[in-house]
Amino acid sequence: MNFDDTQQEAEFREIARTWIAANAPKEFEEELSKSSLGRIRLAKHDMVEVGKAWQKKKAEGGWACLHWPKEYGGRGATPIERVIWQQEEGVYGKLTQPFQIGEGMCGPTVMAWGSEDAKRRYLPKLASGEEIWCQLFSEPSAGSDVAGLRTRAEKKGDNWVVNGQKIWTSGAHYSDYGLLIARTDPNVPKHKGLTMFFLDMKSPGVEVRPIKQANGMQEFNEVYFTDVVIPDSQRLGAVGEGWSVSLTTLMNERMSIGSRLATGVPEMFEFCSNLMLEDGLAIDDPAVRSKLASWAVKASGLKYTSYRAISALSKGERPGPENSIGKLVSGLMLQDIATYAMDLEGAAGSLTGTDEEQANGQFQQMLLSSPSMRIAGGTDEILRNIIAERVLGLPGDIRVDKDVPYNKIPTKGR
Amino acid sequence: MNFDFSDEQKQMRDEARKFLSEQCPPKAVREVLDGKAPYDKALWKGLAEMGFLGVAIPEQFGGAGAGHLELCVIAEEMGRALAPVPFSSTVYLAAEAILIAGSDAQKQKWLPKIASGDAIGTLALFEGKGNPSPKAINVTANGGVLNGVKKPVADGAIADFAVVAARTGSSGRESDISLFIVDLKAGGVEVKSLTNIDLTRGQAEITFKDAKAEPLGAAGEGWSVITQVLDRAAVLTAFEQVGGADRALEMGRDYALDRIAFGRPIGSFQAVKHMLADMYVSATLARSNCYYGAWALSTNAGELPEAAAAARISATQAFQHCAKNNIQVHGGMGFTWEFDCHMYYRRANAVALGLGSLSYWEDALIDRMRKKNAA
Repeated sequence: MNFDDTQQEAEFREIARTWIAANAPKEFEEELSKSSLGRIRLAKHDMVEVGKAWQKKKAEGGWACLHWPKEYGGRGATPIERVIWQQEEGVYGKLTQPFQIGEGMCGPTVMAWGSEDAKRRYLPKLASGEEIWCQLFSEPSAGSDVAGLRTRAEKKGDNWVVNGQKIWTSGAHYSDYGLLIARTDPNVPKHKGLTMFFLDMKSPGVEVRPIKQANGMQEFNEVYFTDVVIPDSQRLGAVGEGWSVSLTTLMNERMSIGSRLATGVPEMFEFCSNLMLEDGLAIDDPAVRSKLASWAVKASGLKYTSYRAISALSKGERPGPENSIGKLVSGLMLQDIATYAMDLEGAAGSLTGTDEEQANGQFQQMLLSSPSMRIAGGTDEILRNIIAERVLGLPGDIRVDKDVPYNKIPTKGR
Repeated sequence: MNFDFSDEQKQMRDEARKFLSEQCPPKAVREVLDGKAPYDKALWKGLAEMGFLGVAIPEQFGGAGAGHLELCVIAEEMGRALAPVPFSSTVYLAAEAILIAGSDAQKQKWLPKIASGDAIGTLALFEGKGNPSPKAINVTANGGVLNGVKKPVADGAIADFAVVAARTGSSGRESDISLFIVDLKAGGVEVKSLTNIDLTRGQAEITFKDAKAEPLGAAGEGWSVITQVLDRAAVLTAFEQVGGADRALEMGRDYALDRIAFGRPIGSFQAVKHMLADMYVSATLARSNCYYGAWALSTNAGELPEAAAAARISATQAFQHCAKNNIQVHGGMGFTWEFDCHMYYRRANAVALGLGSLSYWEDALIDRMRKKNAA
């Protein structure tokens, strides 16, 4: 048992470190280090533009999507090399946020199901950040039950005509392409009538509208489709195979090993170490210590769980299912920590001003944003189902609409 | 990075699991549970023959000389099987105290006997309610004899000797405490069994009346040794707890697959599935914290105090959580004497207290994290 690199890994790390030292946009280092809890702010620059510049530089140096094959814009690197790269990229990794859906979900789907022409045309530009991709799966009536989606695609000659609405689309407003799942046959059970496409987000009939979220911010979008034409050559997988294709996408979403999830624990530890209560520092209070300790061991548990997965990769093995717990643990913890930090401040805890409170309003912001952490990318409940079914081998839920043609499924509860 | 046990260590785990599934099935645990024996003597002998008792004891003192990672692996299996033997008190507490502080002669005298199963040892630390603290020690040592009462002492009624923390000064500092080895079969020692929630592991009250005691380590160094012993034992016990948590989770899962209600396996209901998924989450977090503790223990790293506290807290929570919800998944059957669920529930809650309670370790973790942050 050790934390050391193998000789090969150490050599790779040295090459990566040297390249980053010579090429990283150091002018943003400080601002990026201060951005915590998933909130990235650059005061005077556009995040996407700065991100694109970094991504382009990485692509030129052979560091973009480095686990992809070279012919599609990658480096042909091993999984452990990818983890080492992420560790070395450090704070600059925060700049890759606009590309994560493309790299993590859309790209792998195109790679698995696209034609050779499509792969060579789209993947290198996706990797270099020249073209940004978004994912068009969720709908107002199809969230956890995404197979119940309503957006229609109808065949007209060599084209498909799409009508409907998607929601919760991160980055749709700056994306060039989208991965779209739509219903092509409403007369068969819901999973069997779906087909996967990709489309140019500038196509006529595509309208992107930002959603004003519960936390007051606008990070997600609604995307409306009105008679949008998609050539059949942009279909991924067979007609009616869309559900299988989507599983490639979703499996990749959950394979993000080594990506560090914010837990809120370091911030909370610092906050309690400085907050003066009536009887002294918060961190000297037994009740505070007890809660802090319980959160600290969850955070360290997550960290060492990812180390176990990295070790498996290092040995060339497939990581076990342990990593599936990450978002489930961290999402709820962020919410609990925010609530408790504010509780310690008393009535003033409700204030969001950035100048008077030591923590700069970060816990108030965390409180308002944390509900989305427990919903986006699989709700806590869906994640528990996945652990129960795929890890523990418990039976799937009874699905009353499984064999019912899609257009016969009730759409109102009462 | 190789944050995993080696193939040899995993092989040892498989051997231990096989041995314990044959020699320590629930039926054997029940012999002790039902009061038919104070501990499983045949199993104790068998563990000695397998080399498990001396796995971390150097060869020159009669052990296998393997190391603490190997001991972690065995500990997990002991916890899984609820082995009703004085393993933790003898191996994690008494042997570790002698390894840390013993003279060569003391090591020669006791360690080979521990490895061969011929001596049961324990640590006599507590004196009534409360957590480990030098202030709570009132047993006195004067002129080579001890006076006072220790309770609870794990496995005290079956132990041959005890490492005893006693007061040798009155300055109010940690240096007032020294350690002694006491032959519990000699004069001046009265041992009384105490009943406790875990019927598979004994607790005792030990009264010393001018009992002869031999110093262990330098005078005034006792508390520093106790702290080190507790950290090591915290990691090893955490592995037992993770073993128990995993087994309780498996029992719950298996029952949820088998038991039919409302025309379907209860494991298909989300209320039950989610409970089991949450058990998996706590067991996984605990295991990962334990691995870090194992690394720190085996390399004697400066991180051991913090790693030990984290492993201890996480494993205590996981075992309690899994044992409690295993009963819940079983419903009424889980609350019968006949089903094994209560044996895990009893062990989970007793072992949560033995080295100091959860709040004690939470407190310790925060202190240790602060120390690290300040450094």
